[in-house]
Amino acid sequence: MSADLRDLYQEVIVDHGRRPHNFGPMPDASHQAEGFNPLCGDRLTLRLKVVDGVIEEARFEGVGCAISTASASLMTEALKGLGASEAEALFAGFHAMLTGEPPATPSSLGKLEVLAGVREFPSRIKCATLAWHTLHAALHTESQPVTTE
Amino acid sequence: MLSAIKESKLLRSQEPTLDVARRRQDFPILQREVHGHPLIYLDNAATSQKPWSVIEAERHYYAYYNANIHRGVHHLSQEATDAYEGARDKVREFIHAPRREEIIFTRGTTESINLVASSYGQSLQAGDEILITEMEHHSNIVPWQLLCQRSGAVLRVAPIDDAGQLIVEQFASLLGPRTRLVALTHMSNALGSINPVKELVALAHRVGAVVLIDGAQAIAHLPVDVTDIDCDFYVFSGHKVYGPSGIGVLYARSSLLEAMPPYQGGGDMIREVRFAGSSWNDLPYKFEAGTPNIAGGIGLGAAIDYVRSLGLSAIGTHEADLLRYATEQAQCFPGLTLIGTASNKGAILSFTLAGIHPHDVGTILDSRGIAVRTGHHCAMPVMERYGVPATVRASFALYNMRHEVDALFRGLAKAQEMFA
Repeated sequence: MSADLRDLYQEVIVDHGRRPHNFGPMPDASHQAEGFNPLCGDRLTLRLKVVDGVIEEARFEGVGCAISTASASLMTEALKGLGASEAEALFAGFHAMLTGEPPATPSSLGKLEVLAGVREFPSRIKCATLAWHTLHAALHTESQPVTTE
Repeated sequence: MLSAIKESKLLRSQEPTLDVARRRQDFPILQREVHGHPLIYLDNAATSQKPWSVIEAERHYYAYYNANIHRGVHHLSQEATDAYEGARDKVREFIHAPRREEIIFTRGTTESINLVASSYGQSLQAGDEILITEMEHHSNIVPWQLLCQRSGAVLRVAPIDDAGQLIVEQFASLLGPRTRLVALTHMSNALGSINPVKELVALAHRVGAVVLIDGAQAIAHLPVDVTDIDCDFYVFSGHKVYGPSGIGVLYARSSLLEAMPPYQGGGDMIREVRFAGSSWNDLPYKFEAGTPNIAGGIGLGAAIDYVRSLGLSAIGTHEADLLRYATEQAQCFPGLTLIGTASNKGAILSFTLAGIHPHDVGTILDSRGIAVRTGHHCAMPVMERYGVPATVRASFALYNMRHEVDALFRGLAKAQEMFA
């Protein structure tokens, strides 16, 4: 197996892909959005509970590949306790990591860094960012499903 | 005497055997490596690779006789016109169309269908019905939906069974006095199913409907005889039959084309232009506005020469062997579910693997130099029918070999190991 492929499918990613955290419904969500990747058919619903401007809980449901599922799983963990602007900043940093561009404000991405290997697979970047685009939509409570196209 | 010997040799060479190892030399791309592995190209339903003869035909046109066609009195223009119109004759022969003016060059299957929907579609009225099937590619769904929006016509969809075969009785029962047009694929790009088009055309004609056959997949795998099928429109793309992209064909009965309004206006499609009103050129030029894809047309002609030199029956026999070989391995591969198991099927193997998303399978195969398609294959209704978001699709062409099928299944085993 190539080193790149091993970087892409690290154990953490395979585990989160198979047993995602924060997976399931959230009846008392304050924000919700749907994400869709028309290229591969990945589809997810993201729900947030935002109290006093702080994301207290994030959960998702849907079908997707290992990369998009793991990314959504890790994202929902990383979001807890963040304000909307902090969450957006995290997305910017995450996106910069995947595209290889230097981030505007360098900051630690913590566990999200496990997805850095996606950078070597340009066709999979949309898989990794689907949940984050959906987050952006949810924070702006855009009712239309967002797509990665 | 000598010519008689030559002739008998020629006849023998048309017997259905394909020297695949030798034919692979015709395709320069098959020499390359991907991620350090020899390329194994199993995405032929998306587009086929090109033989040298096609590449050279385009290059030769641009290098030696590039000129606009149908207009110049100069030598180059005549050469280019002859080559482009020669390609039209090759297409006519290839699909057994009665007349050369029934061959319209387009950008591809999609444009051919849109041409019919836009032009022939103008004769449809509110309440008229268009019948398609559940296995259609988006390009044979959406143009009809748009036409329905414009005209008030109603779209009907004939269902398929669990094997991915059109249910002919249901198709027949959906035909009625309001059915004006039937559009269906000759061979499904997502399932491989081959439709009994001749029988279906006869059923549709009984209620007075015209029939469009989407030949995008079939054209590279099956002998196509539009006269025998008796369809009213037959459409395909050059790039799926070893030709260039950006060139395609609409075959239509001349009686229909005569009555149809132009599709696009511009140069070449007119006879006379006056501000008070213009008149249209003869067929096929009435439907070919503007400077066409000249190199593409010439390249398509070269592709047809290539395919005919090998014989579609020889190609078909080889591909059927590959499909059988791959299907046997698929059936005993743990966790693999075949999507599309029609009894009459072209060289397409569509499947899912338990616990692994097709996209991940595709990336793992790619790292081993194996190109497959993963996704919905522009046939979302088919995916919905089977309750899957996507499939992995391996599709074969004349240059694929059994050892490549073996490599595919070794790659799938590797994917399972990684996700175990």
